Amino acid sequence: MNFDPRYSGRNFSSVGTRPIRPDGIDKVTGRARYGADFNMAGQLVGRILRSPHAHAVIKKIDTSKAEKLAGVKAVITAKDLPDLTDGDAAMYDILDNSMARKKALYDGHAVAAVAAIDARIARQALKLIEVDYEVLPHVTDVDEAAHHHAPLINDQIFTEGLEEKPAKPSNVTKRTQFGHGDVHKGFAQADFIVERSFKTEQTHQGYIEPHACVASVNPDGTADLWVCTQGHFVYRQHCAQLLGLEASKLRVTSSEIGGGFGGKTHVWAEPVALALSRKAGRPVKLVMTRDEVFRASGPTSATSIDVKIGAKKDGTITAAEATLRYSCGPYPGSWAEIGAMTAFACYKLENVKTVGYEVLVNRPKTAAYRAPSAPMAAFAVESAVDELAHELGMNAVDFRIKNAAQEGTRASYGPVYGPIGIGPTLEAAKNHPHMKAPLKMNQGRGMACGFWFNFGGQTCTDLNIGMDGSVSLAVGTVDVGGSRASLSLVAAEELGIDYSQVKAIVADTSSLGYNDMTDGSRGTFSSSMATISAARNAIKVLRDRAAQMWDIPVDDVTWEKGHAIAKGEKYGNLSPLSLKDIAAKSGTTGGPIAGHSELVADGAGVSFATHICDIEVDPETGATRVIRYTVVQDAGKAVHPTYVEGQYQGGAAQGIGWALNEEYIYGKDGRLQNPGFLDYRIPVCSDLPMIDTQILEIPNPNHPYGVRGVGETSIVPPLAAIANAVSNAVGVRMTHIPMSPPRILAALDAEREG
Amino acid sequence: MVEVTLWGSLSAVAGGKSRHEVEAKDIRELFRKLAEQYPGIEPWIDRGIAVAIDGTIYRDTWSKELPKDAEIFLLPRLAGG
Repeated sequence: MNFDPRYSGRNFSSVGTRPIRPDGIDKVTGRARYGADFNMAGQLVGRILRSPHAHAVIKKIDTSKAEKLAGVKAVITAKDLPDLTDGDAAMYDILDNSMARKKALYDGHAVAAVAAIDARIARQALKLIEVDYEVLPHVTDVDEAAHHHAPLINDQIFTEGLEEKPAKPSNVTKRTQFGHGDVHKGFAQADFIVERSFKTEQTHQGYIEPHACVASVNPDGTADLWVCTQGHFVYRQHCAQLLGLEASKLRVTSSEIGGGFGGKTHVWAEPVALALSRKAGRPVKLVMTRDEVFRASGPTSATSIDVKIGAKKDGTITAAEATLRYSCGPYPGSWAEIGAMTAFACYKLENVKTVGYEVLVNRPKTAAYRAPSAPMAAFAVESAVDELAHELGMNAVDFRIKNAAQEGTRASYGPVYGPIGIGPTLEAAKNHPHMKAPLKMNQGRGMACGFWFNFGGQTCTDLNIGMDGSVSLAVGTVDVGGSRASLSLVAAEELGIDYSQVKAIVADTSSLGYNDMTDGSRGTFSSSMATISAARNAIKVLRDRAAQMWDIPVDDVTWEKGHAIAKGEKYGNLSPLSLKDIAAKSGTTGGPIAGHSELVADGAGVSFATHICDIEVDPETGATRVIRYTVVQDAGKAVHPTYVEGQYQGGAAQGIGWALNEEYIYGKDGRLQNPGFLDYRIPVCSDLPMIDTQILEIPNPNHPYGVRGVGETSIVPPLAAIANAVSNAVGVRMTHIPMSPPRILAALDAEREG
Repeated sequence: MVEVTLWGSLSAVAGGKSRHEVEAKDIRELFRKLAEQYPGIEPWIDRGIAVAIDGTIYRDTWSKELPKDAEIFLLPRLAGG
């Protein structure tokens, strides 16, 4: 990578402004094409048969009757998706999750699929498929699953990370540990200790757009996939590997995306659609219903967390410890590991220990959800921190400021921090008018901090300058929150032209080099770095072309504010050449003008936020209302502040739903009881106040503009901030998320009964 | 020579030690030397290890140089949403 990513401290013309997004008109007029909006001539309708059992051996599948139904063009089972994963355990799990091979591992697990000429016939065909199950005992609760008497989900899994290799298989797939110092010594020094256990229920990302794709496999081995995804290059890799296709022959085009939040980071039904198309010889459209999205895509973990924190009378934390159990669905994951890393990341701790346990349950395969695993850990830790501040008689913000991590602090997950923003977000929260606003009866105020890592990754960008001087920017990171606008601003900034001269698109997998997906808050961070690099490469070409036009050495040409300048008094009579001037002559100065960049954008820089929340609780019904909510977060540099604010508000809104209402409810039969938005209630506009935001800009030293990722951190503090607000409103410590009205009433009743 | 600290689970496949002195100029050489000494670490490298150099986390830039006095910490390569 011949690119210097270091922060340069420059002044900006375009970056930091708030123009309208290029996809805005299409989205508000309904012209934007999402996953289900694409159609191909002769396409069939795909439908998936799903297990009604939480845990069952698939003894036999008879598809003969379905195959004979008029209008059915293909029926597939796991036999049509042979194992080509070559020992790649993670990919095997994705394959098995796409189509169960030996056992159905959760209610909703795919067992067969059909492609038919219309949806009615496809549904009829599903009813004609006969599956002979041997129903097995199941377990859906994370604590019950971790018990040694629990039904075993995979008898080939032995707990990793123990000192001695276990003799028996277990639903606990892995133990991980982080920390430093001596917590026993630290707790012995404490004057006050808070020790509590917390639970959070499983939630779904709740993206409005369901998983949808159109797959077309041709007889010559080429294939097309039009799909709603956070990473079309990753989907191409997955599908090519699972279907035995050459990656270069599978062209994947990402549609507009109606939300992903981590849930669209690996394939679910796409390999099934491709396998159906391959068998039928026709394109297949497959769109999940909302019921299927809940039952068979990837929600986040349910958790059970024990926290212990001790402090001296002066407010210094002496030790902190947490044990975190996270559900993974029926396949191993590293969700508790992330929780164990993030739990105490906001604090300067001499003695800290976290232990994570990954637990298999008969629920859908856990997927990433916006700062995955961090919100639950923050809920437990920040609740205990708040309680400890109360016991010490200290203001909750001052207690956090006293113990906040800073540059040079050893993070609880290991390394020493560089420049970080937790302190400034706390100071900003302390000084925010929200903190001083009066509260009414039955109202409580809470605050909490949050941490997330942020990532970079492989990135490739093309910048092409047309002969009219307009600029096409082709990026490979899916636009989930306005990144086309942000990246256009970056291109305009580098080239010194107006934002309106730049048009950004998300290119398909055959048009651009590989890009990692849009996850880990990397979209704008990574692609802006690649856009800066591509623009600088284009400027080199522009300077060369100007030199040709003037017939002077290229070293005598500089680029300033969108113009080539001949430097030196000897060129005093040469007027600057604009980008448009140079582009117009490109046909005779060497052909098209372009800049290309491929790089690994590392050094994303960790991110912190502090949230403040006011909640009103009706003590008779347990109903809650969010009165006021404020987000303070470090963005490094807000490229397009409106969309940074949008990320802050969106994370807070999702966190409010998670904290107060959302939860997967399983019956004793292991079946999901509420797979729809009527019974699984996400917040709508009328449930929320205007969410206030404050952007802090502490530059990331590893990005030329100082940019940090902003997409995920905003969902980390809300669970805790709201729990602290509710606890302060009702005078009872809330330890179970979501704090739905029945749960609040139960906590109040328990308190009254002593 | 650089001093490298491994997170708990990785230490278990590296002789039970969390701190190691390794003669390595960049991340690529560090991984190679560790794998030569502790073959059990190789599957972990394949699955993904992130390297924190003075607090900045690198996941993919294996050509990143390891300054002599830098604090180097190996971490699991994590998923984002």
